[in-house]
Amino acid sequence: MKENTDYAPVVQTQDFKLDSPVKWCAGCGAHAILSTIRNSVPETGVKKENVVFVSGIGCSSRFPYYINTYGFHSLHGRAAAIASGIKVANPELSVWVVTGDGDSMAIGGNHFIHVIRRNINLNILIFNNRIYGLTKGQYSPTTPKGSVTKTSPEGSIEEPFNPGELVMGSQGSFFARVVDTDPKMMKEVFIKAALHQGTSVVEVLQNCVIFNNDVHQNITGKDVRDDHQIYLEHGKPMIFGKNRNKGLRHSCNRVEVVTIGENGITEKDIAIHDAVTPENSLHYDLVRMGQPEYPVAMGIIRSVGSSVYEEMLYDQISHSKEKTSIKCMDDLLKSGNTFEINETKA
Amino acid sequence: MGKNPKIIELEDVVVKFAGDSGDGMQLTGSQFSDTSAFIGNDLSTFPDYPSEIRAPQGTIAGVSGYQVHIGHKEITTPGDLADVLVAMNPAALKTNMKWLKPGATIIIDSDNFDDKHYKKAEYIEDPLNDNSLEGYSIVKAPITSLTRATTSEFGIDAKTADKTKNQFVAGILFWLFNRDLSIGESFIQKKFKKNEDLVKANIAVLRAGYNYAETIEAMTTTFLVNPSINKRGLFRNISGNTATAWGLLAAAEKSGCELFLGSYPITPATEILQELASRKHLGAITFQAEDEIAGICSAIGASFTGRLAVTSTSGPGLALKGEAIGLAVITELPLVIVNVQRGGPSTGLPTKTEQADLLQALYGRSGESPLIVIAATTPANCFNFAYEAAKLSLEHMTPVILLTDGYLANGSELWQIPEMKNMPSIKPPKVKDNHEGYMPYLRDEKTLARLWAVPGQEGLRHRVGGLEKADKTGEVSHDPFNHQVMVGLRQEKVDRVVDYIPDQEIMGDKDADLLVIGWGGTYGALLSAVKELQAEGLSISLAQFSHISPLPKNTAEVLKYAKKRVICELNLGQFALYLRSKYPEYSYEQYNKVQGLPFMISELKARFRELLNKN
Repeated sequence: MKENTDYAPVVQTQDFKLDSPVKWCAGCGAHAILSTIRNSVPETGVKKENVVFVSGIGCSSRFPYYINTYGFHSLHGRAAAIASGIKVANPELSVWVVTGDGDSMAIGGNHFIHVIRRNINLNILIFNNRIYGLTKGQYSPTTPKGSVTKTSPEGSIEEPFNPGELVMGSQGSFFARVVDTDPKMMKEVFIKAALHQGTSVVEVLQNCVIFNNDVHQNITGKDVRDDHQIYLEHGKPMIFGKNRNKGLRHSCNRVEVVTIGENGITEKDIAIHDAVTPENSLHYDLVRMGQPEYPVAMGIIRSVGSSVYEEMLYDQISHSKEKTSIKCMDDLLKSGNTFEINETKA
Repeated sequence: MGKNPKIIELEDVVVKFAGDSGDGMQLTGSQFSDTSAFIGNDLSTFPDYPSEIRAPQGTIAGVSGYQVHIGHKEITTPGDLADVLVAMNPAALKTNMKWLKPGATIIIDSDNFDDKHYKKAEYIEDPLNDNSLEGYSIVKAPITSLTRATTSEFGIDAKTADKTKNQFVAGILFWLFNRDLSIGESFIQKKFKKNEDLVKANIAVLRAGYNYAETIEAMTTTFLVNPSINKRGLFRNISGNTATAWGLLAAAEKSGCELFLGSYPITPATEILQELASRKHLGAITFQAEDEIAGICSAIGASFTGRLAVTSTSGPGLALKGEAIGLAVITELPLVIVNVQRGGPSTGLPTKTEQADLLQALYGRSGESPLIVIAATTPANCFNFAYEAAKLSLEHMTPVILLTDGYLANGSELWQIPEMKNMPSIKPPKVKDNHEGYMPYLRDEKTLARLWAVPGQEGLRHRVGGLEKADKTGEVSHDPFNHQVMVGLRQEKVDRVVDYIPDQEIMGDKDADLLVIGWGGTYGALLSAVKELQAEGLSISLAQFSHISPLPKNTAEVLKYAKKRVICELNLGQFALYLRSKYPEYSYEQYNKVQGLPFMISELKARFRELLNKN
């Protein structure tokens, strides 16, 4: 863990590599996420000493040990809370939270919604493999209902969470979804997430090769991905499909899938993706889309400007420093009601 | 004008104010204590309030109290029993009868002593006419009606007018204690300086109370408590929670590590969060977290960045923080955990005091998880112990649990204001950028504190975490021998703190017939009881522990010579269990109380006498 102090002025991918071995299973989706992060962080314009990775517990949460930044591998579910403290204590830092579906949606569910509600400027990556991997295969809060796992031998009877819905419900300012098999998509989104002012949440649909292999196959598989995913970009029409002839249209306050060339639909009928509107019911619809009726929305679904917790806090601090006459401890100790007791008083 | 009453000079007086939660008794009480401080009395106060915010008016459940003990002599407790009781309604009288001295003066608001109020207070007979108050000196003052009559000319609404009732009470007490009314008037002018009408109304009511007392001739004796014998200098009246918050602020200023408090509101610790939330002008950050766990976790995050990190809580919250304290232990990050103890287990008695979190503080975590535990002993010295907790934590790179309790937190006493230049220095083991050969678990040779590098520093990037780390390098390690080394190092680091804490003092002879042993917030009561028995010529001494883990170096010396030892604590014997485990060679008697109340001096003296006679 000894560090080479002899660093180049420009931050490069190489700067974030560590000698220690990466201990995820061969074929795990996390490998691709790690190398994409190493490629993305240099492009966020941050000093390498100012990057901090914080994680909870689970397979994904070993992440900080595999990247040469300041890192904190913390407690199950608590990464968002620890990262909140780091960022609020030192807003200069670029703070990333790496978490999984169990870590963020189950044991850490409370911290997850509250960090988003506060809009602290953190970047949260959820590695969503819809299973507990590190404890070897129990259903998680994102496991599809009916799934047979070690703790649901007759099939899970719980409705799964959709992380994006929680983000919308928590008044989140940034939500994106990517797949671990598409480094280009991941990189583009990771950089934008880092540059977003406020809490950015990126859900990475990740494969667990051992306990939940191919769970996302119906979305990420080469044969189906063009028809089952839609990559959203702000200001561009929401078109998808192998033949780029399908699209989304707003109709009666909901989203519907239409085919260009059928029933008189032309490209002009396709809705333009607006990621920056503060109104979140549209984003909520997009987040909820899923097979078989809809393609799964990928890319940046929501990215809106909103006041940032630590900026407001530091504004309050400097304001109260300006207006007070109590500048130091000695001033405070002698402020208010004090009493001089001496011999003569009686 | 009435005849001149007899003036009795007293060494000390206990006054209890009791009324509905909404009657402003805390305010009346604190105004009385401020006036006492102003004229130079030593003092100690203790509020006694229900956990309901506004229980039904006039009922027993709704009675809120505030006790003030003032003295010419040194005052160390709010007093066992009251010399003067102010009871704003029958419920307040009923609740407090058992805490009165024989012959005490009872001032009641006679406007509220009617059948309606007797029923609410569940009185069967009229207490004013059934001889139950025989022997007491009763002052029946129509406080409500006279206040309304006095304020009628000031054009204030009825609700505001009723709020000035406490000035009527204050006026009576100014007369009863032979105090200069102008002191009270200047307090009012200061307090309501933004509203002239209120100043006038309050002063008029204050005078009305004074004149009433002078005129009615109901009180044939008045009291005089002369200024304190031994206190000289600049003082303020401070509560334990405020003192704790200020001690932390002081440590932040001295260490140069700005303060970060991650906390969740919980009785009786909330005032620490509130006080620090209003101290942004001193750079303090408070983060009101979504729960106790996020409170401590945010603090650990802040500590990682190099701040003085603190979390404040009470018993049930400490339980929730246990896992995260373990994280601070293994990452060897400084962290102060303030635990304001209350009656437990579970929600227990949230507004009452107890000392039953000691074992939780010492051992309530998974694995071998040693840390420093210290306990404040008076409301005011919460300042010093909070400061020391921060100093030890920062300099030794370890979590520290500071134990206070509901009694210390809400009680207040006169405190000589310290100067920052006299506070000891605080020097955390922070390293400079590009520190050659930095590794996260390199240690200071003397203290074994690991060297502290923080995010943002060049050339020091490293990772910490909850997995066991290899000695020095900080790489993740599952090596069994390394684990033994690291567990040992963490313990040794805390053990070595013994060289940085003061020796244990004994008040009295070390070979006394009876050594009274206490810890934390029971100090005032134990000290008074021991001093009073010493004054009677009994061979008794006191050792009040503040440093619990580690115990002071001379602890065996302190315990060794006494003929008998008695450990007194507000639990079933947790410190006794601890001392027996550390010093099994000595025998210990116990005195334990778990009523949610502090010790009374009288009960302690009775027990000590019994032990001294039983040879």
